[in-house]
Amino acid sequence: MSEPIPRGQLKIYLGYAAGVGKTYRMLEDAHALSRTGVDVVVGYFEPHGRKDTIAIAAGLEIIPRRKVEYRGLMFEEMDTPAILRRKPEVCVVDEFPHSNVPGSERGKRWEDVETLLEAGIDVFTTMNVQHLESLNDQVWQFTGVRVRETIPDWVVQSAGEVVMVDLPPDALLNRLRRGAIYPMERARQATQNFFRESSLEALRELALRQTAYEVDLRSEQEAQRAALRTPAGNTTEGGDRPPTDKILICVSDDPATAAVIRRGRRVADYLQADCVAVYVQPGNGSSPLPAAKREAVEQHLNFARSLHIDVRLIQGDDVARSLVDFARLNQVTHIFMTRTEKAPWLRMFHRNLVQRVAQLADDMQVTIVSKRGLARTPQVETTG
Amino acid sequence: MTKPLTQRPNPEKLLRHVEAEEERSRRGRLKVFLGYSSGVGKSLRMLSEGRRRHERGEDVVVGATQPSSSPEAREVLQKLEVIPLRVVNGQPTMDVETVLHRHPQVCLVDGLAYDNPPGSRNAKRWQDVEDLLQNGISVVTSVNLQYIEDRRELVEKIRGKSATQTIPESFLRMADEIELVDAPAESCLLHSPELARGSGATEEQKRLSELRGVALLLTADVVEHRLEEYLRRNGISQTWGTQERFLVWVTPWADASAMIASGKRNAERFHGEIYVAHLAEPDLDPTEQTVLRKNLECAEKAGARVVALDGVDEVDAVLQFAREHSITQIFVGHGARGALWQRIFGGTLDRIIRESDGLDVRVFPL
Repeated sequence: MSEPIPRGQLKIYLGYAAGVGKTYRMLEDAHALSRTGVDVVVGYFEPHGRKDTIAIAAGLEIIPRRKVEYRGLMFEEMDTPAILRRKPEVCVVDEFPHSNVPGSERGKRWEDVETLLEAGIDVFTTMNVQHLESLNDQVWQFTGVRVRETIPDWVVQSAGEVVMVDLPPDALLNRLRRGAIYPMERARQATQNFFRESSLEALRELALRQTAYEVDLRSEQEAQRAALRTPAGNTTEGGDRPPTDKILICVSDDPATAAVIRRGRRVADYLQADCVAVYVQPGNGSSPLPAAKREAVEQHLNFARSLHIDVRLIQGDDVARSLVDFARLNQVTHIFMTRTEKAPWLRMFHRNLVQRVAQLADDMQVTIVSKRGLARTPQVETTG
Repeated sequence: MTKPLTQRPNPEKLLRHVEAEEERSRRGRLKVFLGYSSGVGKSLRMLSEGRRRHERGEDVVVGATQPSSSPEAREVLQKLEVIPLRVVNGQPTMDVETVLHRHPQVCLVDGLAYDNPPGSRNAKRWQDVEDLLQNGISVVTSVNLQYIEDRRELVEKIRGKSATQTIPESFLRMADEIELVDAPAESCLLHSPELARGSGATEEQKRLSELRGVALLLTADVVEHRLEEYLRRNGISQTWGTQERFLVWVTPWADASAMIASGKRNAERFHGEIYVAHLAEPDLDPTEQTVLRKNLECAEKAGARVVALDGVDEVDAVLQFAREHSITQIFVGHGARGALWQRIFGGTLDRIIRESDGLDVRVFPL
């Protein structure tokens, strides 16, 4: 048996908008490494026609993209098999959140990157903070954009390093006006959503705080590893370990469940708590759920799984009681639920669920995740 | 759907704002590159910005550089006009008079926290920069987090040594633009090979990571402040939730210490803020007064900002406060028995849950 290959290290250049200079900074670092004799290739690079970015890629080995046909159109994707065959020490991969064309081996570029990491290749990549799954609702709230290409938080947490690429919004807007980011027509469109000054400031703040969290997380992990290496570590630190939290996310067919899952996951991450998503199936006595509702529940459960949340199905006719019994049996400290908008005459029923859970769970905290409103017309993200 | 909470800006405020803008337009613009340690690449970023502006046709000079610049930095310097440093009492200092006389559009000033030698025009380099700005010269500068006065205590605690040269944080906050120069702690270690070796390296890396966190959060605070200004100017009062803020609502009827402790822990984990609010109620019996006093003492000890809310309707008062202060989570206690349950759940808590668009409500057993 051969030794297992040590996993490659992931380095993420985190920004808050197109044009802040993520790709440029990544390629600068790639050059610096290459000069010290490290074997670096570019696996995927998106110049967007930007002069400076194209210039700085010069001199690095670029693995040609793979052509993929889909519905009679030709698309270009990263050629993962070719990179695996080439087996460099470091591979540079732009646009981490990209979705591959249907029919590709893997649906998402971050999944291709996982493959490279598993093969022992270090990867440098770029992304914006708005593509982080757990921030999806907040970003929608103040930009009006529902970002479709998202990255689960655990993927970013597993990176060896996250570096913030900062640029003040004034400078970014200047670049945009000079046509240095998008062609002029697109630049005008762009100022309608992400490139509104207030949105940019808010996204920038989120990116700074997210990076601070990622830095904290790595320091804490390092401290924990160090404590394990010291034999006496356990006894000295045992006294002031924080209480362990365990979060339960209540899953239903309600569309607001997705936001509860994101929020629960984020809070669990920050509190370093375990997280479980629970759906209470109607017991034998009840009629089965209509197909559409069943499908919604299934989607929510899969979504929870994709965020590395443990998923449990339990049976019971009394949803509140089954949920709280399960919670107590599993040392849950904290329940997350939705607040649904119901017609006033239906509200009585729903209030009962939240109210009854809070009443029964008299030894736990119950968070009712708010409905996040939007002051503007919602719109779907434009691609790229 | 939330109501777009738009208010008409008050005319007097608007006038003050216009006057402030005029004052600003006469001044030069200040841009600061902030890094958490030497070796993150602040100076190079500052010089590169100067070169780009020069290439775009702006009149750029270099007012002050650091002696220990990298080969890349020296390369950029060759392409720019450098005003030589002046020697005062055997120490080099920026030649402010010459820069003022030369009057460029933009002046690059490295090492903002430098102390000028005695006999100079100003005691501190940041005061020199202030002179340039007042004379309509824009300044691009770089500063190391460790030299910011208001963060000194924290930084000293992390580093175990003190910085003598400092600049006030307010100077940083009035900058027109601040750009964070971030880099992994490892890359700073590469710049100090003596630290990168041996058992001290892990410790140093830990310290650098802490400083890095402080710099990121400081910049986030500056950005948030600006965002708030922007929203206020435009009459928007909506909760954006870019920073987590916790509001713990205490009553004179139940011990809230567990809830406050949880709020404190959450605020720490999220690097957020914690408020403890209660309704200002004049007619409390002695028992109620004691409970409330204990709750508020507990809040003070937890470092929370304590606020007494006025209002006829407690739910309106709490939610209005929450919106005005961009609260993201409200902590409310409930008792599971008897009259208390009725009081809380019969109306108040239920209404908070229903009317708290944009805020999470966390219900605590009391």
